[in-house]
Amino acid sequence: MAEIRLQHLAHSYSRTPGGAEDYALRELDHVWEQGGAYALLGPSGCGKSTLLNIISGLLSPSHGQVLFDGKAVNDLSPQARNIAQVFQFPVVYDTMTVFDNLAFPLRNQGLDEARVKAKVEEIAEVLDLGTLLHKKARNLSADEKQKVSMGRGLVRDDVSAILFDEPLTVIDPHLKWKLRRKLKQIHEQFNLTMIYVTHDQLEASTFADKIAVMYGGQIVQFGTPRELFERPRHTFVGYFIGSPGMNLIPVQAQPGGVGFGATHLPLSSELQAHVEHLAGARLQIGIRPEFVQVWDEPLDEGYSARVVDVEDLGTYKILTLELDGVRLKVRLGEDRAVPEVQAWISFPAQWLMLYADDVLVEVGP
Amino acid sequence: MNKVKNNKAWWLVLPVFLLVAFSAVIPMMTVVNYSVQDIFDQSSRYFVGADWYRQVLQDPRLHDSLLRQFIYSACVLLIEIPLGIAIALTMPAKGRWSSLCLIVMAIPLLIPWNVVGTIWQIFGRADIGLLGASLNQLGINYNYASNTMDAWVTVLVMDVWHWTSLVALLCYSGLRAIPDVYYQAARIDRASAWAVFRHIQLPKMKSVLLIAVMLRFMDSFMIYTEPFVLTGGGPGNATTFLSQTLTQMAVGQFDLGPAAAFSLIYFLIILLVSWLFYTAMTHTDKQ
Repeated sequence: MAEIRLQHLAHSYSRTPGGAEDYALRELDHVWEQGGAYALLGPSGCGKSTLLNIISGLLSPSHGQVLFDGKAVNDLSPQARNIAQVFQFPVVYDTMTVFDNLAFPLRNQGLDEARVKAKVEEIAEVLDLGTLLHKKARNLSADEKQKVSMGRGLVRDDVSAILFDEPLTVIDPHLKWKLRRKLKQIHEQFNLTMIYVTHDQLEASTFADKIAVMYGGQIVQFGTPRELFERPRHTFVGYFIGSPGMNLIPVQAQPGGVGFGATHLPLSSELQAHVEHLAGARLQIGIRPEFVQVWDEPLDEGYSARVVDVEDLGTYKILTLELDGVRLKVRLGEDRAVPEVQAWISFPAQWLMLYADDVLVEVGP
Repeated sequence: MNKVKNNKAWWLVLPVFLLVAFSAVIPMMTVVNYSVQDIFDQSSRYFVGADWYRQVLQDPRLHDSLLRQFIYSACVLLIEIPLGIAIALTMPAKGRWSSLCLIVMAIPLLIPWNVVGTIWQIFGRADIGLLGASLNQLGINYNYASNTMDAWVTVLVMDVWHWTSLVALLCYSGLRAIPDVYYQAARIDRASAWAVFRHIQLPKMKSVLLIAVMLRFMDSFMIYTEPFVLTGGGPGNATTFLSQTLTQMAVGQFDLGPAAAFSLIYFLIILLVSWLFYTAMTHTDKQ
């Protein structure tokens, strides 16, 4: 059982890193609490796997520290860290049976055979591998192999955290949700810290209580799926999470608010006071397609937009609108009438986010 | 769906058929032909049935060289396979050193057989050879031309020097094909170096090892040129292996009948042993 703390962690694969672009991980501080189910979400090449390998000890960070329960483990090898890791591609020991595969980490620790047997059978039960125990591992299907890989992590009593590196990549879609549910059950049953790396937001939000979104070698936001959806702290989070992603419109500061083209968006007085300090920053307005309101007739604080395209996705429709030369996506429920040529839209103030240099501008409560 | 019958397609098989016929079947049938006849000249030839086979199987000279041959091939495999694996495991995985190693390892493989024999013949000579003279200077009485044990050791060391590289290079290619995650998973499972070798590296090298074992068995079982150049089969008959016995019989004494019968038995032994190796190394796959 462990809390995993990352302090001033940074990593570069280059031996003589120059600028920030040489770093796979930029300086980051983060805490994974004991017993949590976490997802690490981000696009390919954002540093997710690097971070995971640093936690497990397969990689040694160029800067900073990894602490397990307050103790620095930088110099400990993966063997000494009490960590299990499940990789993208299932790793099984081909020549062994499923039983021997599951028993392998225990036998390496020198456990006596009776305890090995009991433990392996318990885990096989949990993972539904009971009937396969005496089959050779090489003859298993991909999802069975991946279960064996997970099992090797779970059999060890001393494991304090399990790291998953996109473990469902090679699994058939109809088996993915089964395995994901299995993981969830295991999490509840064993009270383990689990960190699950993925680039799939759906996978992340079904598995994890809290998601860390990574972008460009940094964790740009850490929060519940709901927080990520409602208050993205970084434009990348807005864009990456949600389908379609957040509408982001470059704007200029104007008296009483911000604007683009001939469109003026008023801001609350607190925000407005803040904008004055942001001279020189690149400003953007963000609003989720779900939160844009569409009206059938003109209204005072609304804007008139041209309808460019309508996509019908069954349970909802995606409207593409053009407002002052800027394209916006709007999500409409299936029962809503679809405006044909012109639509009147408004942006509810609570869902309108202001970003300065990609970071959310927040005013204290 | 109806099958389209087109017998003209058989013509497409013809090139392969001809190739196999001329390269294997016809030469072999000639040998079979010789092995069942006693031939004096063009016009006088007599069918003798299995007589030559009976004679050959009872010939003590052949028994001796067959035994020597098996001991020799066994020694070659027992030394070269583990040594080749060990070398492959210690070779650097990437970088300039690995290229250098690969080139150095490949050099012995590029030297013609009779040149290898000549090199070792001179290298091992007790009077002027670097190896032979040095050993004698050190007080070790070494002379491959007169001492049976010395001759055997020299022939074996020569083969090890010539062919271990092949095993090492094959194993090296097998090792490089193992993805890193296997090693990472093994570290997390706390596997010892031996366990990594036993459960990851060895199984993943199996197919290349099979090739290495078969090649080294067949080559060593058919060895001719190197011992012929080095020791001429001596001292006495101590290093006369099967090929040399056969050559003496066929070319030296011109006993074509027994030589043909012997060739076929020789061929069947190689086939049988190769099949045994193959089955032994692949039978576990089917479970």
